[in-house]
Amino acid sequence: MSSVSGTATVSARTAVSRSWKAPIALYAFAVIALVLGFAVARTGTSTFGLTTPGDLVALAPLAVPTGGTVAALALVLAGLAVAAHALVLFGAGRRVPRRLVAVFAIVFLVAFLTWASAGRTIPVTGLLIGGLALGTPLVFGALGGVIGERAGVVNVALEGQLLLGAFSAAVVGSVTGQPVLGLVAAMAGGVLVALILATFAIRYVVDQVIVGIVLNVLVTGLTGFLYVKVLKSDADLFNAPDRFPVLPVPGLSAIPIVGPVLFRQTIIVYLMYVAAFAVWFGLFRTRWGLRVRAVGEHPTAADTVGIDVNRTRFWNVALAGAIAGVGGAYFTLDSVGAFTKEMTNGMGFIALAAVIFGRWHPIRATFAALLFGFATNLQSMLGIIGSPVPSEFMLMLPYVITVFAVAGLVGRSRAPAAGGKPYLKS
Amino acid sequence: MKLELRGITKRFGSLTANDHIDLVVRSGEIHCLLGENGAGKSTLMNVLYGLYQADEGEILLDGVVQRFSGPRDAMNAGIGMVHQHFMLIPVFTVAENVMLGNEPTRAGGTLDLDTARARVREISERFGFDLDPDALVGDLSVGVQQRVEIVKALSRDARILVFDEPTAVLTPPETDALMAIMRRLKERGTAIVFITHKLREVREVADRITVVRLGKVVGEASPTAGNAELASMMVGRAVELTVRKAPAQPGDTALVLRDLSVIDAHGQYVVSHVDLAVRRGEILAIAGVQGNGQTELTEAILGLQPRVEGSITLDGVELAGRTPRQVLDAGVGFVPEDRARDGFVAEFTIAENLMLDRSYGAPFVRAGALQLDTIETFARAAITEFDIRAQGTGTNVGRLSGGNQQKVVLARELNRELRLLVAAQPTRGVDVGSIEFIHQRIVRTRDAGVPVIVVSTELDEVVALADRIAVMYRGEIVGVVPGDSPRDVLGLMMAGAAPQAVAI
Amino acid sequence: MTQDTPRSHRILREISGGNAVVSVLAIGLALLVGSVLIVLTDPEVQAASGYLFARPADAVLAAGDAIGGACSALFQGAVFNGTRVGWANQIKPLTETLTLATPLIAAGLGVSVAFRSGLFNIGGRGQMLVAAAAAGWISWSFPMPYPLHMLVCVLGAVACGALWGGVAGVLKARTGAHEVIVTIMLNYVAFYLVSFLLRTPGALQAPGSNGPKSPAALDTAVMPTLSDLLGIGSFRLHAGFVLVVAATSLVWWVLNRSGLGFRFRAVGENPDAARVAGIEVRRVYLVAMMMSGGLAGLAGASQVLGTTTTGFGSGIDAGIGFDAITVALLGRSRPWGVFAGGLLFGALKTGGYAMQAAQTVPIDLILVVQAVIVLLIAAPPLVRAVFRLPAPAAGARLPRTPKAVTR
Repeated sequence: MSSVSGTATVSARTAVSRSWKAPIALYAFAVIALVLGFAVARTGTSTFGLTTPGDLVALAPLAVPTGGTVAALALVLAGLAVAAHALVLFGAGRRVPRRLVAVFAIVFLVAFLTWASAGRTIPVTGLLIGGLALGTPLVFGALGGVIGERAGVVNVALEGQLLLGAFSAAVVGSVTGQPVLGLVAAMAGGVLVALILATFAIRYVVDQVIVGIVLNVLVTGLTGFLYVKVLKSDADLFNAPDRFPVLPVPGLSAIPIVGPVLFRQTIIVYLMYVAAFAVWFGLFRTRWGLRVRAVGEHPTAADTVGIDVNRTRFWNVALAGAIAGVGGAYFTLDSVGAFTKEMTNGMGFIALAAVIFGRWHPIRATFAALLFGFATNLQSMLGIIGSPVPSEFMLMLPYVITVFAVAGLVGRSRAPAAGGKPYLKS
Repeated sequence: MKLELRGITKRFGSLTANDHIDLVVRSGEIHCLLGENGAGKSTLMNVLYGLYQADEGEILLDGVVQRFSGPRDAMNAGIGMVHQHFMLIPVFTVAENVMLGNEPTRAGGTLDLDTARARVREISERFGFDLDPDALVGDLSVGVQQRVEIVKALSRDARILVFDEPTAVLTPPETDALMAIMRRLKERGTAIVFITHKLREVREVADRITVVRLGKVVGEASPTAGNAELASMMVGRAVELTVRKAPAQPGDTALVLRDLSVIDAHGQYVVSHVDLAVRRGEILAIAGVQGNGQTELTEAILGLQPRVEGSITLDGVELAGRTPRQVLDAGVGFVPEDRARDGFVAEFTIAENLMLDRSYGAPFVRAGALQLDTIETFARAAITEFDIRAQGTGTNVGRLSGGNQQKVVLARELNRELRLLVAAQPTRGVDVGSIEFIHQRIVRTRDAGVPVIVVSTELDEVVALADRIAVMYRGEIVGVVPGDSPRDVLGLMMAGAAPQAVAI
Repeated sequence: MTQDTPRSHRILREISGGNAVVSVLAIGLALLVGSVLIVLTDPEVQAASGYLFARPADAVLAAGDAIGGACSALFQGAVFNGTRVGWANQIKPLTETLTLATPLIAAGLGVSVAFRSGLFNIGGRGQMLVAAAAAGWISWSFPMPYPLHMLVCVLGAVACGALWGGVAGVLKARTGAHEVIVTIMLNYVAFYLVSFLLRTPGALQAPGSNGPKSPAALDTAVMPTLSDLLGIGSFRLHAGFVLVVAATSLVWWVLNRSGLGFRFRAVGENPDAARVAGIEVRRVYLVAMMMSGGLAGLAGASQVLGTTTTGFGSGIDAGIGFDAITVALLGRSRPWGVFAGGLLFGALKTGGYAMQAAQTVPIDLILVVQAVIVLLIAAPPLVRAVFRLPAPAAGARLPRTPKAVTR
């Protein structure tokens, strides 16, 4: 038998990985656009309304010929897809730049809207206002979800936190006549659900998903019971909160399109802007955020530098509950104005989807939530103008996108490494 | 600065991981804690670092008794640790990792990244590290990551630095660089505790050596001591093992590994270009210090490693690229190294574990149905034949002793028609009585004409069982020598010396 | 960290090792919580509390009345109503309980098959909806002789449920996508898909109708009811219950007596050891998810062919997909335990409706009771702390809940 000696040959290798997923997806969408532009082309004029009543500066509606515009945009999209293909083949990074994907998405959306609104008018401003309204509670939910998951606790109980937030805001806001107190109560409601979640998941090490699901059932039952038994019996006393008034921001609210969408809103929407920024700033620029991310990524490492992992997780889950609770208040103190049974209607799960689609990043999750809100509103608007696309498919979109995202087909989504795992030490 | 551990004792249930261990380290010296895996070195250091509380004994710094209720206390007292599994967060930058838990902040809890970066640069420059504070740790090589760990400890003004198996994950040049770093730290007055089981490294840097075995200090050695002496202190056994066995009657070559390499997730060759042949009716022992590629080699044979190059043929049939199920069906018996994780299902009964790898067909499953009578009969027979001490076939394997658990695994693997047996660390954590039994069974398997590979880090076991011995070092076979080779030769080979250099 | 093992094992054992006593105590505590809610919101108790200090007995009596009334309504509504005339009427509540329990048990079995394989199937709702749509479509589009038609419908439903569950299984096995997220999202995808089909003429919409509702099933596809069998009464209890009893036996057999179930359990308990022993773990994930979805599909079939045979809407799942998770947890993922859990929750639901009608206690209270039961059962240390019970002996052998979310 021969004997071998010598030093070990150790070579580090870096594989060139080209990702074909993005170009393939872009081609698919380009083909859809080409079909809309040529195979099932529609004739007529598509009009985009750009002004709401009460605007200082009235913009003329934008009218374009449907067929030609869609065809032109479809060709642009095809060009972009080819460009993406080329970048993957020859580009330095071997992948498609995000900016190109974003431009592609916007062009596709415009092409689609043009096609869908042949012979009709799409009130762009109204579309955006409605999207923001539907997106606001989602943003709060998603921000709560981001904090919880960044700390390593998967928060399936978002739905329950939104619902209890909505409920307690309605009752307290109504009984006290003070919407601000209602807002505080909503936060307290969210925190209550969060504390149960934290206690069971951290103290009793029950699986976080199980606790989350059961808490949703619990809150649904509890609010449903109290709604029928108490709120309905004296709706004037218990379920007639004053809504927050709309506070236009002087100056900014006069800007066309942007003004009415972003700056003619209630305090809760302004709070959302602040919250999104604050969570981002907090997570990435402060000691608090560094520690939160550390316990969610590598709790043992955090422990070895003296951070109390379970304590950190516990209080941040509570904080996340407070934020999600505000999202609940938006229903009863802003958009709807009274509590109804199961009024959050699965919004908590869309918020969860936004967390994942936003890749656990507060700003991206905010935009994902707004996008999902926009998609929902677009769906109802298309329903009104008589769109040829079934509304159900628009409603399905957030969920389908999320499935693709977790399967790694849309970008790479990487959850906090220790998410969902209890931290136990001897 | 003087660190003193006095009579440290730490128990986990019935297991005593540290049994009255004493240790003294002073500024400007490197004290090696030498011992095999499982000797209790890491437990001791976790006690020192406040991660575990000792059951007995005390820790003194400059003669003052310390009470560490957590890592923070230890760090404040000036103890730093470079963990075996790096305590670094891959998605954080170098600066973020270094400052975590000790963050410089501006008003309102805002992170002062500039100060943190400056600190990383300052310490890096002091020791000649080339660290970019803004690089993501996950993008760095393991060697550089380790420097981040060192900087992290030093940024907290550690005057006593513990290195827990720091070279386990390093390539040879990285190891050499680390040795240089340790010397530089020593020159600047840091006290260093260096935990390892690698003799070459000990001899290279140690000022003093303490050898631990099975949780106890077995003696001190000077760095001038020979490798053989250190090796025998480290792996020697109180009970001399003898296995009654006739000389091997080797038949045809059955298993051939040709140019076999295994590449790990980091793209490193953990097994590189191995050529080996095993004949029917012989036991080939693969000796070597833990972590030199033996584990990956056996896993490659079984089809458990995702990236394998080269070929593995058993009786002319190619096994490389097959799934574990196909390899098992080809007649390979496998006793995995990490028994509790890979060897059995703790919540399953003895009977269930005995059929774990045969749930796809006869005799235990017919027409999709478990053959309870067959399973039960088989389990009863196995319990008798393998002398498994348990209340019955329905006892959960998780409740058995280590020796009896291993007998269950062995009974399962040997009760099939085998064309090859691969047993990794067959007696690790097994009581002396069971060891003898398990060795006898392995020899009987050989005598039945089956080729056998035994992987062991225990020299005694290797010598007792082997007909031929292949020594692995850094992913390569250093040499293949006869089964009756002297221990000191084997010890030197385990430290990387080629057999011709040690003159058989 | 390996050194964590001793404690983590202890906690896992405590959680999984809860015994029947803990279950009973949890149910008791949950009913207590329900009673407190009833008392707090009862107008007569509130009125009596107004003069609590003058006549404290009134408040107590009113509270007793409220609880007593609710409990007797619950029992009369769920099990036996002696105030009715005739034997058939008296036991009708019991048959209603069995009717509501039928889909709960089927879907609960699905969840527990996944559980035992180390998977979390939260997609019962979507799987039921897809299956219901399939069963419905076959039931009115393809005339066949009875009972062949009925069986084909059931098989179609089970197959579609299995496919829908299989999507999550494939994604888990191929890409590692976490099944919790995927199944949650697929619930909504299924919901909107079925909603679309239900309002689309030529798909699932009833001809001549404008609403999102399906046509009625042909008689040849409808499951026979107990009344059909006995010729008396107006029992809604249908042959689906027989199928569910059979399914329970089958799942029990698969999990405990088959090679497949053996592999399910091995992967669920220790995927590493299973892999080393040659078990194809990814394949197990796929097959387990398909079987899980198939059982949810059976629940869907029972809804469409047994309970709501005159056409259905997109709410046909009736929250059973989520209730099934609680049923599986209550039954500790063992088939006959799930069966018992399904009966209990079926009884609570049936009784809840009676309670709602007789005592104006909203049915939502049952959700609260259900949730509290499961929370407490999931945390035996809490129940033991409440009742000052000693910790159980080590080593009780029970299925573990799947490992936490890892992506």
